[in-house]
Amino acid sequence: MTGSCKVLICRNYKGDVDMAEIDRFLPLLMQHEEEGLLCPVLSHGKVHFMWIKHSNLYLVSTTNKNSNASLVYSFLYKIVEVFTEYFKELEEESIQDNFVVVYELLDELMDFGFPQTTDSKILQEYITQEGAKLEVGKSKVPTTVTNAVSWRSEGIKYKKNEVFIDVIESINVLVNANGSVMSSDIVGSIKLKTMLSGMPELRLGLNDRVLFGLTGRDKGKTVVMEDVKFHQCVRLSRFDSDRTISFIPPDGESELMSYRINTHVKPLIWIESVIEKFSHSRVEIMVKAKGQFKKQSVANNVEVRVPVPSDADSPKFKTSTGQAKYVPEKNMVVWTIKSFPGGKEFLMRAHFGLPSVENNELEGKPPVTVKFEIPYFTVSGIQVRYMKIIEKSGYQALPWVRYITQSGDYQLRTNV
Amino acid sequence: DTWISTQKKIHSQLSLPVYPLQENRQFGSKMTDSKYFTTTKKGEIFELKAELNSDKKEKKKEAVKKVIASMTVGKDVSALFPDVVNCMQTDNLELKKLVYLYLMNYAKSQPDMAIMAVNTFVKDCEDPNPLIRALAVRTMGCIRVDKITEYLCEPLRKCLKDEDPYVRKTAAVCVAKLHDINAQLVEDQGFLDTLKDLISDSNPMVVANAVAALSEIAESHPNSNLLDLNPQTINKLLTALNECTEWGQIFILDCLANYTPRDDRESQSICERVTPRLSHANSAVVLSAVKVLMKFMEMLPKDLDYYGTLLKKLAPPLVTLLSAEPELQYVALRNINLIVQRRPEILKHEMKVFFVKYNDPIYVKLEKLDIMIRLASQANIAQVLAELKEYATEVDVDFVRKAVRAIGRCAIKVEQSAERCVSTLLDLIQTKVNYVVQEAIVVIKDIFRKYPNKYESVIATLCENLDSLDEPEARAAMIWIVGEYAERIDNADELLESFLEGFHDESTQVQLQLLTAIVKLFLKKPTETQELVQQVLSLATQDSDNPDLRDRGYIYWRLLSTDPVAAKEVVLAEKPLISEETDLIEPTLLEELICHIGTLASVYHKPPSAFVEGSRGVQHKRLPGSAGSGESVESPDPGAAATETPPAVIPSQGDLLGDLLNLDLTPTTTTGPPPPTTSGMQMGAMDLLSGGLDSLMGDESEPLGGDIGGNPAMGAAFGAAPATMPASFNAPGSGGLDDLFDLGGGVGMPMGALNPPKAVWLPAMKAKGLEISGVFVRRAGVIQMEMTLTNKAMSVMTDFAIQFNRNSFGLAPAGPLQILTPLSPNQSIEPLNNLQVAVKNNIDVFYFSCQYPISMLFVEDGKMERQVFLATWKDIPNDNESQFQIKDCHLNSDAASNKLQSSNIFTIAKRTVEGQDMLYQSMKLTNGIWVLAELRVQAGNPNYTVSSISLKCRAPEVSQCVFQNYEAVLKN
Repeated sequence: MTGSCKVLICRNYKGDVDMAEIDRFLPLLMQHEEEGLLCPVLSHGKVHFMWIKHSNLYLVSTTNKNSNASLVYSFLYKIVEVFTEYFKELEEESIQDNFVVVYELLDELMDFGFPQTTDSKILQEYITQEGAKLEVGKSKVPTTVTNAVSWRSEGIKYKKNEVFIDVIESINVLVNANGSVMSSDIVGSIKLKTMLSGMPELRLGLNDRVLFGLTGRDKGKTVVMEDVKFHQCVRLSRFDSDRTISFIPPDGESELMSYRINTHVKPLIWIESVIEKFSHSRVEIMVKAKGQFKKQSVANNVEVRVPVPSDADSPKFKTSTGQAKYVPEKNMVVWTIKSFPGGKEFLMRAHFGLPSVENNELEGKPPVTVKFEIPYFTVSGIQVRYMKIIEKSGYQALPWVRYITQSGDYQLRTNV
Repeated sequence: DTWISTQKKIHSQLSLPVYPLQENRQFGSKMTDSKYFTTTKKGEIFELKAELNSDKKEKKKEAVKKVIASMTVGKDVSALFPDVVNCMQTDNLELKKLVYLYLMNYAKSQPDMAIMAVNTFVKDCEDPNPLIRALAVRTMGCIRVDKITEYLCEPLRKCLKDEDPYVRKTAAVCVAKLHDINAQLVEDQGFLDTLKDLISDSNPMVVANAVAALSEIAESHPNSNLLDLNPQTINKLLTALNECTEWGQIFILDCLANYTPRDDRESQSICERVTPRLSHANSAVVLSAVKVLMKFMEMLPKDLDYYGTLLKKLAPPLVTLLSAEPELQYVALRNINLIVQRRPEILKHEMKVFFVKYNDPIYVKLEKLDIMIRLASQANIAQVLAELKEYATEVDVDFVRKAVRAIGRCAIKVEQSAERCVSTLLDLIQTKVNYVVQEAIVVIKDIFRKYPNKYESVIATLCENLDSLDEPEARAAMIWIVGEYAERIDNADELLESFLEGFHDESTQVQLQLLTAIVKLFLKKPTETQELVQQVLSLATQDSDNPDLRDRGYIYWRLLSTDPVAAKEVVLAEKPLISEETDLIEPTLLEELICHIGTLASVYHKPPSAFVEGSRGVQHKRLPGSAGSGESVESPDPGAAATETPPAVIPSQGDLLGDLLNLDLTPTTTTGPPPPTTSGMQMGAMDLLSGGLDSLMGDESEPLGGDIGGNPAMGAAFGAAPATMPASFNAPGSGGLDDLFDLGGGVGMPMGALNPPKAVWLPAMKAKGLEISGVFVRRAGVIQMEMTLTNKAMSVMTDFAIQFNRNSFGLAPAGPLQILTPLSPNQSIEPLNNLQVAVKNNIDVFYFSCQYPISMLFVEDGKMERQVFLATWKDIPNDNESQFQIKDCHLNSDAASNKLQSSNIFTIAKRTVEGQDMLYQSMKLTNGIWVLAELRVQAGNPNYTVSSISLKCRAPEVSQCVFQNYEAVLKN
């Protein structure tokens, strides 16, 4: 549905909920929004609405059964993923522009309320925009649709066989106003860009420092992965028995695995902020940023976002490096440092005026947030030791790997 | 084997952007479908008709697209049905799909014409292209027209055996569709068996869809034993689990969750094969796996190493769910809330992951807060409090309120932290933020209840904020505090008097609290406050039309005027401490919800029967192992089934709750001749109740009873029915807003007799406004269940009816009581004297349970002959003897004997041995069970405080209840 809850396209899979019920959705949504009790599940009578919002669209599912809610939300997000793969942007226009394909996809994605094939790469093999002309015997169900290997087609060919591995680690940090780290963790992800012919068997080897959770040998300088999640293609039972990551990769881009590491990490960029508010006159902000990582490394595109009151005006800045900018629509100062070497310390001062008649509205206490990326480096120390590629045709293939550490949910609470 | 190249090489390689854009992403910037939405001129339908019948294929296709576009925007294009169906015969797959789509939408409104499409469907089901075969069988199932279904059978049968798995998996789902339209047909055609065979299919996707279809069908036919799960099928499912898509894995896991392993070894081996799923990237797969594990874990012995391993394995995936999309986080959090109640040990070290982030959506924040309190313990309380204090200064009002409340809950839960919590609350009161102050006062009241006489020093601070309280709950809390600690607050009388001025503008909650507080004050400082108490009593009784307030006012008035000392004992009695954990989900519901992890039920924290239509009869899910008692209850009771008991009252199958839910509570009211009230008919009393009330409520608006304060029970006995149901109804809407109907004048009831107080059995908030309180008494050989039904809703309630669930002593409303129901063993979970009751009115059926004192069941002819007693005592095996101690009993043997006799416990003989009186006693229960007792009392020493008792009975289960009754009678 559009942002104003006009139905763009719908599909009734089971026929047990009247399609007119959707008219109840908008009033329900508004009512909950007004009461400040917005909830992903709304219900009216015996009909339950489970919904998500994507850009300006609502994706709503209705049911009158005790449905599997987590399946429904997973599926809704999967739809977003598939449509985005197909139309680049999922928005009102792309739905209207492609409604025939959308109908076809909806028919293929789910049957009688049961999700079916949701892998967009596979779908693209037999649901195409052009509308396949049927020539008897030629158009076939891709075997992938029902194969045990449901994520990779046969007969893929590349002139040069390569696989690119990205190891990306995001740091989540929550720091209290008094400077103590409340929680921190690392969410890592290994992404592949596979350009390999045929049906290759891959085996990924990580360095010894990485132990997967529950091996019980978490002593010394090891990294214990708290929880590992794998792509459908990884043989989970094999991993469970001997910790081998073996798989037939999907073609093109995919996320092979993600992991979470709970070890206490020093926040890579440490922020000390003093925000002094002098009612009716001014706000003074002092922010000190310190790079707490190796001197050889450099953090790129660092952004320190400092909240300011919504009624602040006439900003003045002073920075030891980088640029500070006032973003009034977000009520914050964004201090950008293109290149931030490890071990260095920088300073930013800001001064704002406050109106003599004060804003009566209560304002929250937004935290300072930080964005950055540090290439060639993982905080956890995880490294790819090898990637074995075996294909029956026996070709030589090259794996490439790169590492990057970036900010995830990186928040430092303030005392104002 | 290829090895990783060095990093340097990689970066020289990667400096160029290496990921090209896919070409097929650039759809239709020039030629888009949106043009089909633009034509809205007159005569459109006519034009489309012509185009649809065009000879040119391209034009036809364009026309069908326009039709579908019109359909999409909600225009009615059903008039084009025959023309569109004509386009069905095509070799263009896209066009075919569009026509099928059209058919799905309009076939129902044009059933006769839909037949036209049948031929094509049948033909398409035999197309050499499997895509077409599957498309045809998929679409046919979606055309919910009865006439078509019979034509569907043959094609479906073929497709279920198709060589292509894509067709088979589609056909499997089609069986479920067909079953939904015509269940009988599916059964007659043997499709269910074919579907079961597909569980052994070589293709995992086919297996998954077959499982999904079977589960769906089984859900609507709970007794069909469709999913006949046995170790062989389970093994097949577990094998398919490793190979099918993420969705197929969910179907299989959800199906596995319905299985009950035979023993702990099977349970463990399934768990071992399910745990790898916890590493799946799809949150729904993870939650379904958690459901299976949480259920099967019940069967594992706690001392098993594997049990501990499993517990450890569950925590990380649950924590990771919190990094999913917010809606999935919400589902996860609601489920974690259940999991921490069932198995707190799993997440006890994970407190910090539930800390609230600034940008979390409000629904995530509130759920995290709830879980934080559940996990709060002495070990982490400092951290939790610091966080809660932080949250309490946020801006979102609901969140802040909940945070303040959470601080109070921490104080009550973790005793060591109470002091810190109180001082945190005081800090928050200093902020003077109105709703924070009020919320803090409400929780401080609870803290006083939990730790009396400990934190009264803060009262002064609280009193300073008296004026800013505008919410009833906060005002009531403050008034309670002033009343409770009146002796320590110098100006308590002034404070309370200040509330009195606007007495009638206050909410009931505040009025009641004020009344009680002033009475307390009077009892503590009688000299200065006589005027005040008289003022409030007259406000409550004479100037108020609220029945609760008036009743309470009169009770206090009587109490104070008859016996001030007794009044003091009653009003200033010590209060029971409040429990540590609040908001806990009731254990049987929790068990059921654990079986529904991941589903809407787990999100709502309600059983599916509460929100899914037609699921009343569906059996409630239970966890294995712990459900042992439930199973024994389920086994039909031969005695009950064979007796004269009508099946409507005591069903012989299903678990106890299930029985209640299935009861047909339609009262025989207006239709048919009125039933004879004295014929011993089972429902006599009820009929009178429901029939009589309608007329009473309609035309009376003055209290009938009149005798307020005389008899708190205000009972009315109906005719000669043995079980009387005195009732007072408060029916707003007829006459004055709060008119009280006091029914009956207590026909055949000794007025003013000692009546135990009534307890609330069914709070109004659980029964859509109907509150039921009651008490059991035995009068003149008849068990009476006295109930007060109060209508606290806004509309009139009618059509009342009542039924009891099958119970140990065969109690039934107004029925013959000599039903001989043997006690079934293993009913230890529920007390024997538990009675599950269903009351119905025009709004709904409500269920509650209450306990009756066992003494009610002691009949008057319970005195045994001496010889019989001796013989019986010897005859009952010693295993059936139970020994109990009664402490603090100050009665001598004669007094005890007299007291006991009044509750039909008869002394048969007495002898004295070594200064100890031995009383031999007997009693008989309504169902013919005899209980024999030997009571030993220290003679001549009334201060000696311990007596002991031996009970012998052929049904030893009752001994505990009987002993409790002894204790109650002797200490009273």
